[in-house]
Amino acid sequence: MGPRDANEFVHLGDESLIDRPDGMADDAANKFHDYMYLRDNPAGKYRELWYHDAGDRSWLVVTRDTLTHEIFDVELARDVARARGRSK
Amino acid sequence: MRYSALSILKQGLTGNKSWKPVWREPEPKKSYDYIIVGGGGHGLATAHYLAKVFGGKNIAVLEKGWIGSGNIGRNTTIVRSNYVLDGNQPFYEMSIKLWESLEQDLNYNAMMSQRGILNLAHSDGQRDAYARRGNAMLMSGADAELLDRDAIQKMCPFLSFDNERFPIKAGLLQRRAGTARHDAVAWGYARSADTHGVDIIQNCEVTGFQMKNGKCIGVETNRGPIKAKKTAVCVAGSSSRVMEKAGMRLPIESHVLQAFVSEGLKPTIPGVITYGAGHFYVSQSDKGGLVFGGDIDGYNSYAQRGNLPVVEDVCSGGMSIMPMIGRARLLRMWGGVMDMSMDGSPFIDKTGIDGLYFNGGWCYGGFKATPASGYCYAHLLATDTPHANARQMRLDRFMRGNMIDEKGVGAQPNLH
Repeated sequence: MGPRDANEFVHLGDESLIDRPDGMADDAANKFHDYMYLRDNPAGKYRELWYHDAGDRSWLVVTRDTLTHEIFDVELARDVARARGRSK
Repeated sequence: MRYSALSILKQGLTGNKSWKPVWREPEPKKSYDYIIVGGGGHGLATAHYLAKVFGGKNIAVLEKGWIGSGNIGRNTTIVRSNYVLDGNQPFYEMSIKLWESLEQDLNYNAMMSQRGILNLAHSDGQRDAYARRGNAMLMSGADAELLDRDAIQKMCPFLSFDNERFPIKAGLLQRRAGTARHDAVAWGYARSADTHGVDIIQNCEVTGFQMKNGKCIGVETNRGPIKAKKTAVCVAGSSSRVMEKAGMRLPIESHVLQAFVSEGLKPTIPGVITYGAGHFYVSQSDKGGLVFGGDIDGYNSYAQRGNLPVVEDVCSGGMSIMPMIGRARLLRMWGGVMDMSMDGSPFIDKTGIDGLYFNGGWCYGGFKATPASGYCYAHLLATDTPHANARQMRLDRFMRGNMIDEKGVGAQPNLH
């Protein structure tokens, strides 16, 4: 999948897990259900969270093709979250 | 034509010239009472029980490729009912009972072999957990025996008993578990369904659902639209892709699971054996090959092939518990796409859309469930009420907080 041994990485799941819903919202229960349990699960390009456990311990957003396992792009999850206005 | 010793003898003496195709190749009709989307093991079993047990008429099974081309032909053929939770165990025990009479029911040799499954325990805590599991199994009417080290040594002298790190402490044995010939299961159900008038339509891909006033009234296919009073999706591995066409998001991720077969060896492994300290399970096929597997690869995939790190992990698990297999050569390995659900348990349920039903989320345990899954899905389709043994397998169970989480790892599909 890349030059590093895949065993160094842990797969968490869909990149949308970055966008934790507002727990104080009126429809928080529904929002959290969808956030926690439902997935788009696309066949093709997929943005997902990986953790470089046996490396520099960074959280990554990897863009990967679920049909071919080809990797297109890797970003630091921190940068992705900040670009969306998450904590400073 | 019913198969019997006499029919084989007669055909043999007349040059095997009058065997008929085992099922028809009908053109799709304009409409059906029931359309089952997916001609895998579960879809064909559903058609069989719907027609034979529940008296369903005017049924079609639509299959994108050829029947049995998905996970029913790609698994490690293990049949067992050694679960704990109420939502699961009675269902799987029902499945074992159906397996036991399957060949007579279908008049087809599925090579069902109750050679037993032995789950090994490697710590005191694990032995206690297996004792509890065994009790749960007994309460559901299944069989279970807790074996000590000596009994296991008698049965499987080749295991690594003095492994310093993971010594064998005990084992949970279910004698009625075993293996079956996976392809024959699909063929047997297909033949029986066809005999009961079910149209099995291959090379017919469902490309969408016909909706009218919020109700599903049929499907669009690459061979034209087909109307149906009830549409039953049964496409584990591709569930998200198909249900997306009905606007649904599912509590499912697709993951790849690899399986392996060694070259043929002399008979040595008595049943199915699972390693309790690593993820490794193995049986020996009637041809002599060791059939084994382990963990899923752990990342979303629709590729039907895995990668080498998991191959190494599975093989090192095998070497740790069964060092004698180290010199056996690997003959084949392949991958299948699993519907990994959010709690590791399946769904047999109505959807929020009238006329549309869903069966999926079998994780990597779908093969053993084939008969009960078909029976319970047929029950749901025929009566619009869930079968008693599948009543917890609902799509809304996460919202209600009623997860069926055997492993207790939560909403992390790659850990189930």
